[in-house]
Amino acid sequence: MINYVYQLVSPRSFSVKYEEVDFEKGVVVRPRYMAICHADQRYFLGQRDAKVLRQKLPMALIHECCGQVVSDRTGTFRPGQTVVMIPNVPPEVNDGIVFENYAKGSRFLSSGYDGFMREFVEMPLDRLVAFDGVKEPVAAITEFVSVGVHASGRFAAVAHARRDAIGIWGDGSLAYIMACILTRAFPESRIVVVGKDTRKLSLFTFVDETYLADSLPENFQVDHAFECAGGEGSYYAIDDIIRTINPQGAVVLMGVSENKVAVNTRNVLEKGLTMVGCSRSGRSDFEKAVAFMEEPAFQDRLNAIIYEDQPVHSIDDVLRVFATDLNTPFKTAFRWSL
Amino acid sequence: MIFGAVLAGGVGSRMHIADMPKQFLPLGDKPIILHTLEKFLLCARLDAVYVGVHPNWLLHMRDLVEKHLPDRKQDIRIVAGGGDRNETIFHIVDQIETDFGQSDDHIIVTHDSVRPFVTLRIIEENIDAALRSGACDTVVGATDTIVVSGDGRLISEIPERSRMYQGQTPQSFRISLLKGLYDSLSAEEKAALTDACKICVVRNTPVELVQGEVSNLKITTVSDYKIAQAMVGGIELD
Repeated sequence: MINYVYQLVSPRSFSVKYEEVDFEKGVVVRPRYMAICHADQRYFLGQRDAKVLRQKLPMALIHECCGQVVSDRTGTFRPGQTVVMIPNVPPEVNDGIVFENYAKGSRFLSSGYDGFMREFVEMPLDRLVAFDGVKEPVAAITEFVSVGVHASGRFAAVAHARRDAIGIWGDGSLAYIMACILTRAFPESRIVVVGKDTRKLSLFTFVDETYLADSLPENFQVDHAFECAGGEGSYYAIDDIIRTINPQGAVVLMGVSENKVAVNTRNVLEKGLTMVGCSRSGRSDFEKAVAFMEEPAFQDRLNAIIYEDQPVHSIDDVLRVFATDLNTPFKTAFRWSL
Repeated sequence: MIFGAVLAGGVGSRMHIADMPKQFLPLGDKPIILHTLEKFLLCARLDAVYVGVHPNWLLHMRDLVEKHLPDRKQDIRIVAGGGDRNETIFHIVDQIETDFGQSDDHIIVTHDSVRPFVTLRIIEENIDAALRSGACDTVVGATDTIVVSGDGRLISEIPERSRMYQGQTPQSFRISLLKGLYDSLSAEEKAALTDACKICVVRNTPVELVQGEVSNLKITTVSDYKIAQAMVGGIELD
């Protein structure tokens, strides 16, 4: 079969690569719904370093996607079964000491390798997780949820037992997902969100407290913290966290920044803080994410931050959804009909 | 029910790269017709896929399916083609009605076997349009100016380009509609038909347009074949 791969060739410019795919191998999935990540948007707008763009493009974008199995030679999935695709491809040999998403030699689809903007996607069996009872636009963001699940798991493994107050810095999609997961995973803890935009913070109705970063109370303190700001906001968020966190707290860093961020190491040392970097996710995180999302309340909560744009039937429509995403406060999802 | 019909009745007289009909020439790792057939097999909305092949090539076609698509052979029904394109379509229609009975709800998506770059979007939009309007044709807007000449020597007309389209395939129909219209045509009218949509057009029956792709090219000449090979990054065999 000749497969159409819709590659970004230079910022805001797409071209089709025609790729011969062996129908006989792996599982063939038809992408159904996709969601845009900030990383995709940075490539699309050309906001990555010129050298990185030269190395990675042309490349198909999108790593948040759900689809339908159209062919499975192994008989594991039935045709029509809905699945989410795992963009992380671990190396063949992995000792299991390091998580698959950090393993040397692991690849990530939509970062140096074609993402899911293709007519069909052929995937190995273990890179697919079946789901049932999750609306497709919500299922499209499973990868995003799995990143939060992964961070929550790492936090649980390293943070000391006093978890009375957990702070989340940021008021975007990542902070929202983290708030959904932490309120569910740590119901005994007080979940506090620190953001900059009142309108966005107003959506965090299910957390215990929300604060504007520039008006934190004098006695504000948390036991542990998640940094979900990223970009320019990383510096201020990390600085606030180091200032307000209690001794020996765990700081989970999740926001991506193009520039290096100055960190007040004196206070990190003084307080004996543990800083944990988290990025991406692996199969077990996807499985947990799907289990969470199959719960109606959890799913409804996610649904609140998803804007479903019109379906994509052409490359012009692809340009349109990226433009839409720039003007939506949280996640943009769309049906893939190309 | 919805049926795919891949038309491969031709004998390839316009090409001399090999003695084979052009649909059996290799593109990448396998013959062109298998690429086309695989795309149809991956469309979950099709209940069965028929292939109309010139009678001399039936066995070859069966061998190809056996070799390349052994697990899907129950989904592929090979039918002997007729003297021209429309006869091949109606041989397939007869076989569909033998296999699944007659129904006003049957839809047929007919497609050239030598258009392997067809996309799932085009196939699905054909199904939607045929369900909605009874008949549809896949087209792309004309990029070259179309010039009409009655005598082949002088221009008689230059139609407005924005109204001109180039016809591709698939062409899709409600089977009962297509059969009724075809049966109403005289032998002369049938002989003058160049494609299946014209059956509807000569009887003033609406045919909806479906947006094709420039890449959905028909591999007819040596240069088409070279372009197709270049598109999939293959080597020249000529």
